[in-house]
Amino acid sequence: MSLPFIIIAFVTLLAAAAAMSLRNLVHCALSLVVALAGLAGLYLQLDAQFVGFAQILVYIGAVAILIVFAVLLTRSDAVPNQTVLAPGWSVGIIVSAVVFAMLGWATLNSPGLARDMPSIPRATVKDIGDHLMTRFLLPLEVIGLLLTAALIGAVIIAMKEEPRSNSSGSRGNEAASFRKTEPPHVGPHEAAKGGRS
Amino acid sequence: MTPLQGCLLVSSLLFAIGLAGAVTRRNAILALVGIELMLNAANLNFIAFWRYGPNPEALSGLMVVIFSIAIAAAEAAVGLALIIAIYRHYKTANLDEIKDLKG
Amino acid sequence: MTWIAQNLWLIPVLPLAAAAVIAVNKQPQRKLAATLAIGSMVLAFLLSLCALSATLLHHGDGAFREVAGFNWLQFGGQWLQLSWVLDPLTAIMLVMVSFVSLLIFIFSVGYMAHDENFMRFFCFLSLFAAAMLGVVIANNLLLFFICWELVGLTSYLLIGFWYHKPSAAAAAKKAFVTTRIGDLGLLLGMVWLYAQTGTLNFYTTNGLGCLEQSALSAMVTHITAAGMAVSTAIGLLIFLGAVGKSGQLPLHVWLPDAMEGPTPVSALIHAATMVAAGVFLVARVYPLMSAGAVAGEQGVPVTTALTVVTWIGALTAIFAASIAVAQTDIKRILAYSTVSQLGYMMLGLGVGGVAVGMFHLITHAFFKALLFLGSGSVIHGCHEEQDVRKMGGLKKFMPVTFATYAIGMLALAGFPLFFSGFWSKDEILHAAHGWPVSHIPFFIGCAGALLTAFYMTRQVALVFFGEYRGSRRKEAHISSARTGTKSEPPHVGSYEDQGEPHESPAVMTLPLVILAVFAILLGFIGTPAWPWFDGFLKGEPAAFDFSRLTEGGTLGLMLASAAIVFTGLGLGWWLYGKRLRRTVEEPDVLQVAQPAVFRLLENKYFVDEIYEATVIRFNAGAAGFCDFLDRWIWGGVVLLVTWVTLGLARLYRFTDDFVVNLGFDTGCEALREGGGELSGWHSGRVQNYLRVIGVALVVLILFLIWGRKS
Repeated sequence: MSLPFIIIAFVTLLAAAAAMSLRNLVHCALSLVVALAGLAGLYLQLDAQFVGFAQILVYIGAVAILIVFAVLLTRSDAVPNQTVLAPGWSVGIIVSAVVFAMLGWATLNSPGLARDMPSIPRATVKDIGDHLMTRFLLPLEVIGLLLTAALIGAVIIAMKEEPRSNSSGSRGNEAASFRKTEPPHVGPHEAAKGGRS
Repeated sequence: MTPLQGCLLVSSLLFAIGLAGAVTRRNAILALVGIELMLNAANLNFIAFWRYGPNPEALSGLMVVIFSIAIAAAEAAVGLALIIAIYRHYKTANLDEIKDLKG
Repeated sequence: MTWIAQNLWLIPVLPLAAAAVIAVNKQPQRKLAATLAIGSMVLAFLLSLCALSATLLHHGDGAFREVAGFNWLQFGGQWLQLSWVLDPLTAIMLVMVSFVSLLIFIFSVGYMAHDENFMRFFCFLSLFAAAMLGVVIANNLLLFFICWELVGLTSYLLIGFWYHKPSAAAAAKKAFVTTRIGDLGLLLGMVWLYAQTGTLNFYTTNGLGCLEQSALSAMVTHITAAGMAVSTAIGLLIFLGAVGKSGQLPLHVWLPDAMEGPTPVSALIHAATMVAAGVFLVARVYPLMSAGAVAGEQGVPVTTALTVVTWIGALTAIFAASIAVAQTDIKRILAYSTVSQLGYMMLGLGVGGVAVGMFHLITHAFFKALLFLGSGSVIHGCHEEQDVRKMGGLKKFMPVTFATYAIGMLALAGFPLFFSGFWSKDEILHAAHGWPVSHIPFFIGCAGALLTAFYMTRQVALVFFGEYRGSRRKEAHISSARTGTKSEPPHVGSYEDQGEPHESPAVMTLPLVILAVFAILLGFIGTPAWPWFDGFLKGEPAAFDFSRLTEGGTLGLMLASAAIVFTGLGLGWWLYGKRLRRTVEEPDVLQVAQPAVFRLLENKYFVDEIYEATVIRFNAGAAGFCDFLDRWIWGGVVLLVTWVTLGLARLYRFTDDFVVNLGFDTGCEALREGGGELSGWHSGRVQNYLRVIGVALVVLILFLIWGRKS
């Protein structure tokens, strides 16, 4: 438990708390970015360098951007003056407090966790590559399939529907802007329409 | 407190914060953010156990986390696409207004 | 075993077959019916003659008796038998019944020629003849009872032959019910007899019959209630049956009303045969009734049973004779005369034995049938008129009828020497004179003979002498209907051109002549000089001996009875023959002299009214009580069961509605509400679900921790 570890952990937790409690959604997204970066630092502290950099690449580079995009796409015109918190939020706080208490108590009172520290492991990229290609080949392929499916699925789900008689109504500007941003696919458009309807 | 326990505590706290946000905030995207935080807490758990566990040469913990990050990315994409679709339908991103599944 | 004894059963079966064939014929075929009936009767008569000749052949060898029979039904280990007997009593009775029936059948062909129910009449007549012949030949209590009841049934059917007349239907019912009372005694007696002796047969080939010596001696010594020997008790019970069937004193009320039937029926059933069945019954069970006797004079047994028979017979004789004096319906006079003569027969059986009673029965059958058929001829000739006040002077219109009727009347009255009635009645009086118990029956018999002669003379004088008092025009039908004495419906199409009475056709007068001949000739087989009949029945030879006429006061008695008869005839002639009645409405001579007595006699001593007030009313009361019982008590029980069932049903329904249904309903309601409650927890809000998952996670961890700890 070295000092850098504590500092990075503190920053991470603070950013996470901020991400969860700020009013402005973009601020929340940016706080999330800070939290994710702090986590990457924690990984580096724990001698998992590859994972740390993968975290930065994927999470901060893709997921956080996605979240920002989603925030921008789902903004309503009127500035919401409503409360930030959902109804029944106290129960949620209590539940999460209980969960943390439980986990913390379990952690601190488990005898198996109080062990000597082993030496620093060696996890080179070559080793990771070797493992990926031999032992973890199947998960690798499955992950590829999963990513393909997720990609296609996300596109289809988020695609704008063909305007129907009573379903279209008055769409917001977001729809029009979305149409402009996404290149129209003729082929999958029909297929997606058929699949959706 | 051993370093392992320290790491585990941090991950538990992170998990709790993520859970609190997921069940407390109104906006759907922030619920997703909370879920991402919970996932990251689990990843941290894995790495901690890999680092301070019995067999770090097998690289199992690392592999799990790598795959978890990939899955999390895919899941975030799909989840946000869903939120956009829901927003298009309900004109709102507030979770407590989306209760058509009420039993 | 002679051939005829073996096949004696043919005699009743032939008329039975004739009746069956007539019954199944739908279309009226009169010639067929008459031919069948008369033909079967001729055959039966010929067979009876065979039986008689067989008996005569063995006559003189002692008591001749042959028994034959067959097993009918099996009761466990015992067989129910039907058997018949051929002995002198049977033979003579068979000949009489079949011959008289044959003559009456021939008479009916003419009498019922205009009736539309000709077929039914002959069917019933044949059935009756079969049943009567069965009674005669029966050796077995069961067969006897079956045929006895059949005789009663056919009597009912024939009395009520014109059933659309309410008086006829009522008379038939009365006859049946009254004889039923007597039949109850007969049944009880027979059952007791069977229980006592263990066999139903009267006579058997090995001496074990219930009328044979071994059984009788056992019954005489066995003493039962009221100190009577069993034989006496059974004899009295069986005599009760004879009282009903033969119209003796308490149960005589049906016989005069039975005149509602057609005249051949009255002649056959209620004069010659059926009513004689009661006398025949007593004669048949005479060994039983005379068992254990103290021997009287001339070897005639005296027992309690026979004493009762004698007294009842004597009282009936005088009772009925007195009523006959005041009657105005031609058939009713003859009916009461029959009752009176039956009393004489019972008297004869009681004091003199079987031969004395049976002799009078045989002779009476002939001359009473003759008288009834003659009255039928008179009624037919007078266009269905039956009131003697409206007749008169028929001597010149119907000579043959008059002649035969006079012969019959003299025979009945007992005119000395030439007529059978004299000899038979004299036998009875002779035996009554010698009865050791009392002389009163003898005096009663003498008084009855006087009255008999008197009322018969009255009847003949009113009917055949003087001027014809009836209407000579067609309104004869209507006027008689108005006075209400008409009892037979008019012949179809019998509106005569003249209203005068006319002689009957030959088919009706020929039987009259034949019967008249026998009415005279039969007397000679039973005279004291030649007691053939007596000997025949006992199985001893009888020699022709004139000296018997003078011994033992016989001649004196004959002279005394002759004197009585002449007195009666003279009195009747003086009152009714000399002073001839002129008009219909004129009151009777006796009525003028003694109005109160005449009224009593005319109303039959009010016996019918007494019965009506006591027995009938009691019966109606009992019937009403039973109706009440049925309607309220048993009906009440049924109603109670109904209510209980209904109540239970309502309870079930109540349970079903409120307990079962309510239970189910409540359960289902609770389920639905529970479901609704549970579904309320699904708010549709994802964050709530997430919260629940968090709580569940905590709980799971707790379980895991504590599960491992324990």
